[in-house]
Amino acid sequence: MDLKELLLENYKTVEQELEGKNGSVVKERRKEAIATFEKIGFPTLKNEEWKYTNISAALKKEFSIETIPALTKADIEQYLIKNLKGNILVFVNGQLSQELSKIISPESGLIIKPLAETDADVLEKYFGKSSTNDAFTYLNTALSHQGTFIKIPKGKSLEEPVVLYFISDARKENIFIQPHNIFLIEENAEAKFVESYHTIGKESGFSNVITQIILRKDARAEYYKIQNDSVTASHVGTTQVYQEGKSNFSSTTVSLNGNIIRNNLNIVLNAEHSEATMYGLYLLKGTQHVDNHTIADHAKPNCFSNELYKGILNDKSTGVFNGKIFVKQDAQKTNAFQSNKNILLSKDATMNTKPQLEIFADDVKCSHGATIGQLDEEPLFYLRSRGISEEKAKALLVIAFAQDIIDHIKIEALKEFLIRGINQSLGNNF
Amino acid sequence: MSDSTKILEEITGSDYKYGFETKIENESAPKGLSEEIVRFISAKKNEPEWMLEWRLKAYKHWLTLTEPKWQNVSYPAINYQDIIYYSAPKQKAKLNSLDEVDPELRDTFKKLGISLDEQKRLTGVAVDAVIDSVSVTTTYKEKLGELGIIFCSMSEAIKDHPELVKKYLGTVVPVTDNYFAALNSAVFSDGSFCYIPEGVRCPMELSTYFRINAANTGQFERTLIVAEKGSYVSYLEGCTAPMRDENQLHAAVVELISMEKAEIKYSTVQNWYPGDKNGKGGIYNFVTKRGICMGDYSKISWTQVETGSAITWKYPSVILKGDNSTGEFYSVAVTNNYQQADTGTKMIHIGKNTKSRIVSKGISAGKSQNSYRGLVEVMKRADNARNFSQCDSLLMGDQCGAHTFPYIEVKNNSATVEHEATTSKIGEDQIFYCNQRGLDTEQAVAMIVNGYCKEVLNQLPMEFAVEAQKLLAISLEGSVG
Repeated sequence: MDLKELLLENYKTVEQELEGKNGSVVKERRKEAIATFEKIGFPTLKNEEWKYTNISAALKKEFSIETIPALTKADIEQYLIKNLKGNILVFVNGQLSQELSKIISPESGLIIKPLAETDADVLEKYFGKSSTNDAFTYLNTALSHQGTFIKIPKGKSLEEPVVLYFISDARKENIFIQPHNIFLIEENAEAKFVESYHTIGKESGFSNVITQIILRKDARAEYYKIQNDSVTASHVGTTQVYQEGKSNFSSTTVSLNGNIIRNNLNIVLNAEHSEATMYGLYLLKGTQHVDNHTIADHAKPNCFSNELYKGILNDKSTGVFNGKIFVKQDAQKTNAFQSNKNILLSKDATMNTKPQLEIFADDVKCSHGATIGQLDEEPLFYLRSRGISEEKAKALLVIAFAQDIIDHIKIEALKEFLIRGINQSLGNNF
Repeated sequence: MSDSTKILEEITGSDYKYGFETKIENESAPKGLSEEIVRFISAKKNEPEWMLEWRLKAYKHWLTLTEPKWQNVSYPAINYQDIIYYSAPKQKAKLNSLDEVDPELRDTFKKLGISLDEQKRLTGVAVDAVIDSVSVTTTYKEKLGELGIIFCSMSEAIKDHPELVKKYLGTVVPVTDNYFAALNSAVFSDGSFCYIPEGVRCPMELSTYFRINAANTGQFERTLIVAEKGSYVSYLEGCTAPMRDENQLHAAVVELISMEKAEIKYSTVQNWYPGDKNGKGGIYNFVTKRGICMGDYSKISWTQVETGSAITWKYPSVILKGDNSTGEFYSVAVTNNYQQADTGTKMIHIGKNTKSRIVSKGISAGKSQNSYRGLVEVMKRADNARNFSQCDSLLMGDQCGAHTFPYIEVKNNSATVEHEATTSKIGEDQIFYCNQRGLDTEQAVAMIVNGYCKEVLNQLPMEFAVEAQKLLAISLEGSVG
């Protein structure tokens, strides 16, 4: 059975399981979503949004869905970020595992519930909604029954980050998972979120993820997405952010390892004086492929967005960047900036970038820039003349290039983890 | 500030000043498109068999295509059966000297300010005038002939130089290229042909003036320029049309071929009728323009000032095939009222050490939409390719839109590609500064806009630069405040 049929089949099972659990709105939207998915199928290169990313090969496998193996602490130990103190949520093949998770913050400051128990008004307003819809978001919406709802109540400032580990057990078979999470940061609340993806075993993993983040008035959130997965693991993820009230949101996406990775990051700045920043770093080798699509949708005046994505491409890797800035007609006095910088280290690496502006208001300051180049000869020569080997000198320069992004990470343990990862990736041992 | 005063004078007296229609007897084909029409056009022009076959091939391919929909413009569906595909001023016999040209027609060109009279030798511009897609007259032919330069209408070229036309026509823009290129290949009625032999530097600017005159006609002209080894030519193109309520289609194809060490400079000042203040009428300007740098060290440079047309939709492109070849694109696109523009360029780097430069300045006012869409592609063997792109947008008023869609695809690690874009409006402080010094706001805007576009306007030949400056001021009239 091919994957599409398998998933359509799966919908029927999920439908039975959820019978009576969801309100009618959710049920309706899931029904619509599956119908649309059935109609459009998985995207091909002909789809403008998927022009540079060929996902079909990663999908042409026998996948197993909805198998939940019992993993022990020892199985997952090596995937946890060292020294990172936080609220740990471990999802095994998409399903939250109570045994492996560990919550340290008091319940008054952090509420965690199954997706079906999300606040009704939030579900009504946002469930199944996204700035960009494609087969993957429809599919996830239709089949989302395993996700989690995380709420930071009004006025609470969460000290420890919430760390979500998505672990797929692909030791015996190919695994397809579809987590769907909603984070709600209420008025004047603050939180940090970390998402990390891992696949155990030699078989392939495929994760199709939706994360919705809603920020109310005066809310602040930091969101980190770390991709240091196995080379057989592919990922399609949509992070949809709604800044409902005057709020501050910051996102950092770091892709170090994986097969085919596609990240959609959509931010709707829907209240005056909101701020959003987006940082991204991808360090690719082998035949890895990373595709970052971002949208900063300025719907209200006086908002600010800043975006910086940096890429280093080695071997036969391919990078894709598509950043969109929309400034709606009302959104006067918008400041929106976007930059994408890339270094090609090898002859066979490819970079496709498309920084895009669509502006319907006149009193705005918007700029975007994109560069593709190679390491500077001069600093390289400087280092070489001081007795540093070419390899090491190059690694130093690459780290310096990446530092811009690393500096924006405010969780110390995560920073260290990433610096180690980058060094490893560059074959560097200092 | 004498220039400014002149601009101001122009502003006060101007709407669309080329909106007259000339009463010349026309010979037209019946409305609609069919194989018969294609045969009719070919027969009308006494074309050889191979040309007819070429057209039919294009027509057959066109039938298999559907109109593209991806562009960022919107317009009601075009009824291709409601267009007259051939319309020509009635010609009595072959003309030998300019005196025999229909006086009405000469008046038309006088109004347009085009020197059909050879007395204007001093201006030193050789003109090929195309009215309703038929080339009416070509000036300075003999003088150019002495140098071996061929500059004539496409139909003459098919008759007199079939070997050249056969060799090059459709090599840069094949008949199967796209919907409008296929349509053009099937029904083009005339255009300009230019051939610069080896080592010749063309002593004067060559120029084509396009005018749509008759109602309900589409204009489909075809331009082909071949610059042989080490030659140089600068080519100008200007366009106007009468004011009409209905939309007219203009689907031209321009092909440039630049051999080793040759250089072609192609400048366009496009001022088709843009429609009235409510967006009624105007020309659909759907043009395919492409050049190829065949030989090493060759160069192609596109410069365009787009102020007219209800919809402008074109991407003058350069294929950098020869090593060390250079491609340039300089553009100013102004949209006002309900105009829409989706324009930009493609730079395809194939050869080693190829360089390209893109400077695009968009200005949107009124309720218009202005998009830049460009592609910079560096192929695998294009070592040391270099590109610099800059596309700026200026917004006037809160009803208009400015959009940027740059595609950058790099497959070689020695390439250096840079792209930057900004969007902003004219600052109140800038206007205030000018007001303070006694310039009124409209004058100030004209000055700031001219400064903003200078980088592009500087690329135009002298006579055109002045015209372009005035055009800019006129197009933006009434958009301030």
